[in-house]
Amino acid sequence: MSPACRVRRLIRVAGVALVLAALGGCARTPQPVHYFAEGRPEHLSDWHVVFRDGERLALNERVVPYDLNTPLFSDYAHKLRTLYLPRGTPARYDGSRTFDFPVGTIITKTFYYPQGGGAATSVARTYDQSRDFAGEGLDLANVRLIETRILVRRAQGWEALPYVWNAAQTDAELARTGDEVALELVAQDGTREAFTYVVPNENQCAGCHVTDLKSKAIAPIGLKARHLNRDYAYAGGAENELAHLEKLGYLTGLPAPAEVPRNANWRDTREPLEARARAYLDVNCGHCHSPTGPADTTALSFDVGSPVDRHLGLCKPPVAAGRGTGDHLFDIVPGHPDDSILPFRMASREPGVMMPEQGRGTVHREGLELIREWIAALPGECGV
Amino acid sequence: MRQIVVALGCVLAAGCSHPGGPATAKGLTAEEAAFQKHLQEQFLDAKPGTVIDIPAGHHALDRVLTLRANGVTIRGVGTEQSVLSFKNEISGPEGILVYGNDFTIENLSIEDTKGDGLKINDGENISIRGVRVAWTSGPKTTNGAYGIYPVKSRNILIENSSSWGAADAGIYVGQSVNVIVRNCHAEQNVAGIEIENTINADVHDNVATGNTGGILVFNMPNLSQPGHSTRVFHNKVLKNNLANFAARGAAVASVPAGAGVVVNSNSKVEIFDNDIADNQTANLIISAYFSTNYYNKPGIDPNYDPYPRAIYVYDNRFSGGGDAPDGLELKTLKLAMFGLNGHFPDILWDGYRDEKNLVNGQQPAAERICIRNGSVSVLNADGPHKYKSPSTEMAAYQCELPKLSPVELPARG
Repeated sequence: MSPACRVRRLIRVAGVALVLAALGGCARTPQPVHYFAEGRPEHLSDWHVVFRDGERLALNERVVPYDLNTPLFSDYAHKLRTLYLPRGTPARYDGSRTFDFPVGTIITKTFYYPQGGGAATSVARTYDQSRDFAGEGLDLANVRLIETRILVRRAQGWEALPYVWNAAQTDAELARTGDEVALELVAQDGTREAFTYVVPNENQCAGCHVTDLKSKAIAPIGLKARHLNRDYAYAGGAENELAHLEKLGYLTGLPAPAEVPRNANWRDTREPLEARARAYLDVNCGHCHSPTGPADTTALSFDVGSPVDRHLGLCKPPVAAGRGTGDHLFDIVPGHPDDSILPFRMASREPGVMMPEQGRGTVHREGLELIREWIAALPGECGV
Repeated sequence: MRQIVVALGCVLAAGCSHPGGPATAKGLTAEEAAFQKHLQEQFLDAKPGTVIDIPAGHHALDRVLTLRANGVTIRGVGTEQSVLSFKNEISGPEGILVYGNDFTIENLSIEDTKGDGLKINDGENISIRGVRVAWTSGPKTTNGAYGIYPVKSRNILIENSSSWGAADAGIYVGQSVNVIVRNCHAEQNVAGIEIENTINADVHDNVATGNTGGILVFNMPNLSQPGHSTRVFHNKVLKNNLANFAARGAAVASVPAGAGVVVNSNSKVEIFDNDIADNQTANLIISAYFSTNYYNKPGIDPNYDPYPRAIYVYDNRFSGGGDAPDGLELKTLKLAMFGLNGHFPDILWDGYRDEKNLVNGQQPAAERICIRNGSVSVLNADGPHKYKSPSTEMAAYQCELPKLSPVELPARG
């Protein structure tokens, strides 16, 4: 321990530690996670779940990081997801739906980018995460934090709270009405693409997280068996995420590994093309485009259970696409991505045309390429 | 020329496009951004009984206003005074998006949204009155699809409202139950007013003019419910001759310019006491899904009924129209049957009928097209045989159908 820290420890005893703790710089025992049963704390740090600690974004004790087999695309942002449950109240496993989490559960998702060099608004467009981490937290010498979203399970249900990181990256402030951040993506070959990163407002959070329009309840999307059935490099070594959660007392009812569903990793070319495409559509589109979601008006379902026929868009005429058809007659024409509406809308960044409707201001080139490949390989024809 | 000069001036003088203060990086002035933030907070905090007032002014917004509470009223001071403009919208694509019951919106305008103007999804007891939705640059394919768009909702009143320039349908009610659309105005849209997959709708005392098609009653495949029981009465459906500007593939892209009232694949539709005039393809078109070009086996629910059934047309005042049909096939047909200076009859039927369900070669009495409209005549275009044997024989339509009951909405406080 450095002399400065030793001094601070002494001062903490004197009861004025809070003032100095804000200065950061040395490891300390943080306050425990604070679950707010109501209200909207102004600062992310009020929750004590993830917080600035020296040159890193740190995770509090009992805050567990996790990742998804195939994640939602969000303008090439990298994401640090964490889960915290109160002691002694594990979530109940479910094979298809979001696990049943207890009151007091706090989920965070921090959106960040590897720095792009130069201006703070320049961020890297890369899938390389090798320089992102410092322990289980994030290395702030290498990344720029944009926003952290909180989903908190309260007595009356889940609530969504968006926090936007300040320029100094010391804390994130509540942004109920969302925000807009001008950024520039810098590719490895040096090409640059300016875009507006849109932080959703609370009602827009619900735009994705209300997956059942009848209940209108907000729910987590990623915390399902098929997304979490994968390994994570924890501080103590790599382990299956579900097994890890069970071991921590965060999950009960986990069946034998062979019985747990698993979505493909969309980037893993060793996995079948169809599995990768379906995993991509499931997590990027299936929260709205399901038989219960807000896009059930369109008769188009992209959730993982949707059969490979008109329900998945094959030869299906659009319903309310407007100019989003791109002059094409059907959502998906097997074998013909250029004649299909789905990739046309993925290739757009114009509101009113683009899909998904929110959560991106850029085109996901690699995701689009995957879906085009999948459509090109689909057998059959529409026979018009 | 003057416009060009003014436009150049704007490019040169920084901030010109943002009257009222310096532009922020977000495309809104600080004042506009503050107004939007405050309005967003009102939408977030709304609860039953909340009235959100839209003050007079031309308010620029760049993000959809989403409402998720029941029992909320959004109220402006008039369509001319309270204007929400989404010209620079970056996140939406709607203007106002509502998930809630017991909802009222009145006396305001929504302009230039990237997607639909006002969309209400899965609501019950919805009142829309005095709402104007407009795309201010006129009809363009890049306009939003729908002006006023309740979908999968129940008990809907739309009155004294208008839509201008929608690239699909101006006032569009989809997959809903119990609907009244009255005293509205639709102009410069592809479809003026469209009732689709909806059960029990009264469309009356509206004006639909200058659209591609005036008033449409459609059933599309694959959706949550097939529609039936729509009454279209006492409307003025005039000069809907605007060139179709919908993107190809959109449902209404198949509507020919010059269509007055169009019934497609729907059933129990009653059309009476309307003034329908000068629609240059035909004042009234009755058609099956096969005529839309979208029919294909794998993509359509096998239980979908593509035929119009029980269509009752009586006591309308038809005049003019049918003289310049849209589309090569219809042009050729008109020329062959009625000559260069002739015109189609007021009613054009594509001739598709459910051949598996005939009684003595006729449709069952309860499923016919019945016409009691003075001397009006019908052209059966013989679509199933590529227009080979069109006919103006009237005997088949001399029948009556039971009249539909008026739509009644529950009283609202």
